[in-house]
Amino acid sequence: MSSFKDANVLLEVKDLRTHFKTDNGILKAVDGVSFTVHEGETVGLVGESGCGKSVTNLSIMRLVPSPPGKIVGGEVLYRGTDIMKLSEKELRNIRGNKISMIFQDPMTSLNPYLRISTQMIETIRLHQNMTKQEARERAITMLKLVGIPSAESRIDCYPHQFSGGMRQRVMIAMALSCNADLLIADEPTTALDVTIQAQILELIKKITEQLKTAVILITHDLGVVAGMCDKVCVMYAGRIVESALTDDLYASPAHPYTKGLIASVPKMDGNREERLFSIEGQPPNVIDLPPCCPFHPRCNRTCEVCRHAYPPVKQVGEDHYVACWLACSEEERKGALEGAENNGK
Amino acid sequence: MTKYIIRRLIGMIPTLFIIITLSFFIVRIAPGGPFDGERALPEAVKRNIEAKYHMDEPLIVQYGRYLFDVVRGDLGPSYKYKDYDVNTLIAVSLPNSVVLGSMAMIVAIIFGVSLGTVAAVRQNTLLDYIPMILAAFGLSIPLFVFAPLLQQIFCMQLGWFPTTGWFMNNGAPLRTAVLPVIALSFAYYADIARLTRSSMVETLRSDYIRTARAKGMKNSTIIFKHAMKGAMLPIVSYLGPAFAGILTGSIVVEQVFLVPGLGKFFVQSSFNRDYTLIVGVVIVYSAILIVMNFIVDIVYAYLDPRISYK
Repeated sequence: MSSFKDANVLLEVKDLRTHFKTDNGILKAVDGVSFTVHEGETVGLVGESGCGKSVTNLSIMRLVPSPPGKIVGGEVLYRGTDIMKLSEKELRNIRGNKISMIFQDPMTSLNPYLRISTQMIETIRLHQNMTKQEARERAITMLKLVGIPSAESRIDCYPHQFSGGMRQRVMIAMALSCNADLLIADEPTTALDVTIQAQILELIKKITEQLKTAVILITHDLGVVAGMCDKVCVMYAGRIVESALTDDLYASPAHPYTKGLIASVPKMDGNREERLFSIEGQPPNVIDLPPCCPFHPRCNRTCEVCRHAYPPVKQVGEDHYVACWLACSEEERKGALEGAENNGK
Repeated sequence: MTKYIIRRLIGMIPTLFIIITLSFFIVRIAPGGPFDGERALPEAVKRNIEAKYHMDEPLIVQYGRYLFDVVRGDLGPSYKYKDYDVNTLIAVSLPNSVVLGSMAMIVAIIFGVSLGTVAAVRQNTLLDYIPMILAAFGLSIPLFVFAPLLQQIFCMQLGWFPTTGWFMNNGAPLRTAVLPVIALSFAYYADIARLTRSSMVETLRSDYIRTARAKGMKNSTIIFKHAMKGAMLPIVSYLGPAFAGILTGSIVVEQVFLVPGLGKFFVQSSFNRDYTLIVGVVIVYSAILIVMNFIVDIVYAYLDPRISYK
């Protein structure tokens, strides 16, 4: 796949931190996430449930429910402007207009009490100077584009009159109706059955290529990532542990977690008698995590330093970054270990 | 939809029939009768009175006679209030109760829904606490404490309103309605505000509200256009029975402020074993309840497109 190095930077997330106040302590759902999305690029965000993928993206749009959630640090630069510093009004101008989102469960993401036409037209008229009739025509064009049959009449239906797959198509049409630069798709196919999944993914791919929209695709399906994304970020316990161009990541995963994930994907040509590979253990509780590599209890190549310090991010190839002590030199590990011990005293 | 409405209207007839039958027999099972007093009546007098009201006939004949009268629209003579029949008593008092109840309900809805919504939107701020504390008072202070308290403050001390009277009678001024309406609406405000708040809080957390936010909608648009419809459903279903209840349940307010309403007959007729009046008031009450529930169902279908009646 081609590199987007030369394209303009569309979105730059820098050291984003989102914490949730819970009764048991502060839950660091997102703890220092940084990544970049170029124009037209598709970035995959993968990881287990609860690793902070969704919260990362809700934070980009400042949609984290607050309280209990709070974005405590970091910057999200959209074409150079920091979304975190925008006023409520400026923010609304970006939401749905420049950056739009589609969600996991299409059954509940559309308002059941309003017609599809109402919901689509209001979005279009909110951001574009159109009459009701023009907006309606625009909505119908979008519905046709996402493959809703007889869109002219179906537009006046209510969401419950559509199937799950059709609703997700409506969501996509609505999200792209204002020519957004960036589409954030939060596990768009999780709630759908497999055949529909493939259709929806194909649709997202086709339309975003056509409209030159960049995509952040959140998923826990590495197969989806391989087919859709130019770049992948692997998240674990609120941090990105490895990011690379998709082909590089599959060819030479550097982090033991990534290796584990790739090994866990069922293979069509594999031995069917064998058990599928799985990473032992559970993801850590991200409340009051001690300074250590959060993956070390499940890692098969743990060394002493993993228990005492979080690994720095190292470049291991072109556009390939990893946060793992294995990628560091012997001196760095020793230095970090001594530093941790001194702190402990 | 029209078909459904007609079918529901026809369906009211058997419901009312069952209610009439049950209440007719139940009041007669209760010990005592309309003409029993401290002192027993002479045998001859009692027999004469019973003959006048056909109470010497077998019960089933009385029932048939009563049913025939009801179908003609005659609820019979009152056993207690001589020279009055039940129709007259209800016709005189029901309008007062309906006006008082409706006004109280409108006040309760306006304040309950608006303050409940504000409380939900500004959760855990002063704008949440104040309406909710007020609602807690509304639920916990009995009406027979609250109503005289209002009289004490606004009539005796401030002198803004007359203590008693009702504007629909004898040219009394309209402001006589203010205190009874406030007193009666308070408890209903409490229920509506609490229901609105919890239902709104839940709606605002739902996925489709998150979608609306992600689309860049204004907060006010989200609340009124996207959340209100769904959040109102529990309130609508509460309103049906509540409205029927406020019409007959205003007995305390009617007594304290001397409003000549139906509530008095509802209670007194039971004490007096005034059989015809009891059943008459029960018929009115159940008719209102049935109609209200019917309206609620229609409003429901209007609010929620997923509900359709065929």
